[in-house]
Amino acid sequence: MLHIHDLDVFYGHIHALHQVSLQVNESEAVAVLGANGAGKSTLIKSIMGWEKPSSGQILFQNEPLDRLPAWERVKRGLALVPEGGRLFGDISVADNLRLGAYLQPEAVIRSQMDMVYELFPVLAERQKQIAKTLSGGEQQMLAIARALMACPRLLLIDEVSMGLMPILVKRVFSVIGELRQQGMSILLVEQNAYESLKVVDRAYVLENGHIVLEGTPDELRQNPRVRAAYLGG
Amino acid sequence: MFNGYVITIAVFVGIWVSLALSLNILVGYAGQISLGHAAFFGIGAYTSAVMTVRYGQSFWAGLLAAILITGIVGAILGLPSLRVRHDFLVLATMGVNFVVVAVFKYVDFFGGAMGIVNLPAPSLFGVSFRGGALYMALVWLYAGFVLLISWYLSKTWAGLALNTVRIDEDAAAAVGVSVPRFKIYAFAISAALAGGAGSFYAHFIGSVFPDTFAFVESIAILSMVIIGGVGTLRGPIFGAILLKSAPEFLRFAQDYRFTIYGALLVLMMLFQPSGLLGDDSWLWTLGKRIFRRPAASMQAEEAS
Repeated sequence: MLHIHDLDVFYGHIHALHQVSLQVNESEAVAVLGANGAGKSTLIKSIMGWEKPSSGQILFQNEPLDRLPAWERVKRGLALVPEGGRLFGDISVADNLRLGAYLQPEAVIRSQMDMVYELFPVLAERQKQIAKTLSGGEQQMLAIARALMACPRLLLIDEVSMGLMPILVKRVFSVIGELRQQGMSILLVEQNAYESLKVVDRAYVLENGHIVLEGTPDELRQNPRVRAAYLGG
Repeated sequence: MFNGYVITIAVFVGIWVSLALSLNILVGYAGQISLGHAAFFGIGAYTSAVMTVRYGQSFWAGLLAAILITGIVGAILGLPSLRVRHDFLVLATMGVNFVVVAVFKYVDFFGGAMGIVNLPAPSLFGVSFRGGALYMALVWLYAGFVLLISWYLSKTWAGLALNTVRIDEDAAAAVGVSVPRFKIYAFAISAALAGGAGSFYAHFIGSVFPDTFAFVESIAILSMVIIGGVGTLRGPIFGAILLKSAPEFLRFAQDYRFTIYGALLVLMMLFQPSGLLGDDSWLWTLGKRIFRRPAASMQAEEAS
C-alpha cells in the first residue's frame, strides 16, 4: 500500500536520505531501525509531507503523494504519531482526540472515541484534563490515540519509545502489537530494535541515510551486524 | 450624565475594544503576530470615507463596504503568512502598514496629507446620530457584535482548528487541518472587523487623515491585546478600556502615550506574558480564588 522509490532528501548540503526504497503491504507492520541521525525521522516526515524530498517517489495506494500537503495525505488515510507527541498542549484530552478525527463525521468521531478510550482507559479518566498536564507516558498514549482517531489506513509512528520508562515502552509496544493483530498497517521508525522486532512482520535497517538491510525479525535477529549494533551483542 | 466629553471617550473606548478584539482573533486565536492592524483600521475608515464623500452613499453603505473590502484586503495581505512565519511575518505586517499609509498619503484619490473631510453622520429614519449618545450606543452595539463573533469562534470547531494552527502548525496539518485556509480566514475576519471599527471612527471624527493609521497605532492596539491578556475575551476588552481611558485620567501622560505603551509592553513580556487578565496571571488567579472559593467548597461538600 505504501511504496517508496529512490527517495533523496537534503538539508542544505547534508544528504539525509540516499536512494531509499521500501514498501509496506496491506495489514503489515514494518519497522525502520536505526541509530540517532540515521535519517529515520526524515523518512517519516517525508511520507507525512513535513519534508520535501528532492527526488524519488512516494506512492500510497498507487497514488503519488509528492505534491500533496500533509492534510491531503491525512484525507487519503495516513496518520502520524509524531516524535515527542506534538500534542495540542493547551487544550483538553478530549479536544485533542476530536482534532485527531478532524476530517471525520460526528458519528465516526463518537465511535472512534469509544474505541480509543477502550484501548487507553486512562485517557477516558482524563478527558477534561489539559493535554500538557498529562505524564510523559500518558502523553504518548494520547498521541497514539489521536492518530487512531483519524481512522488511518496506514499508521506512521516516529520514535514512540523515546524518553519513556522501560515499563511504558513495553506498554506502548504491546498496544502496537494489538493494532497489528487487528489488521492495521503500520510503519514505525525506532531506535529500540529489541522491542520493535517483537511486533513487526518485517524490518529495514537504516544507516547514514542508506537502507543497508531488510528482512523478517528472525532474519535480522540472526544477523551478526544487527546483533552487534542494535541488540547489544 | 452623558455629557459630550464622556460620550467621546466612550465612543473611542468602544472603537478600540472592537479593534483589540479583532486583532485578538488573529494573534490570540490563530497565533499570527501582526504589527499592521492599524492598516486595516485605516482601510475601513478610508473605504467608508470614499463611499460617502466621493460616491454620496449613506453611512450604512459605507460601513458595509468598509467591512467587506477590508476583509478582502485582509485575506490578500494574509497571503505572506502562508510563506513566512513568526518574526518574518511580524516584519511583513509592519511593512504592509507603512505601504498602506503611504498610499493614503500620496494617492490623490485619497486626499493626500489633507485626508478626506466632511464625512456625513449616520442617520436612520431621519434621526441623526452625530456626536450623541445614540452614536455611542451604535459603537458599543458594534463592539458587542465583534465580541459575539470572537466568542462564537472560541466555542466552535473552526476556533479549535485556529487553536491548532497557533499551537503547532505542522501537527495541525498532520491531523488534517488545512492550515493556509484557516490563516486566511483569521486574517480576513480580523481585518473585516477592524475595517468596521475604522468606519465608526471616521464618521465620528468626520474626517480621515493618513497618520491616524500609522505604525504606532498598530503597536497601541497590540499593546491592548497583550496587556489585557492575549487569546481571552476579557483581556483585549480590559486592555482597550484601560489604555484608551487612562490617558484621560492621567492628562500629563498624554504626550508620552506611546512611550508608556511600549514600556508596558516590555514589562508585560518580562513579567506577565499572558497579560493582566490572562489565564495564569496573578490578577486572574487571585480573582478566581476570591470569587470561586464558595463554589469550590460547595462542590467539595457534594463530593464528600
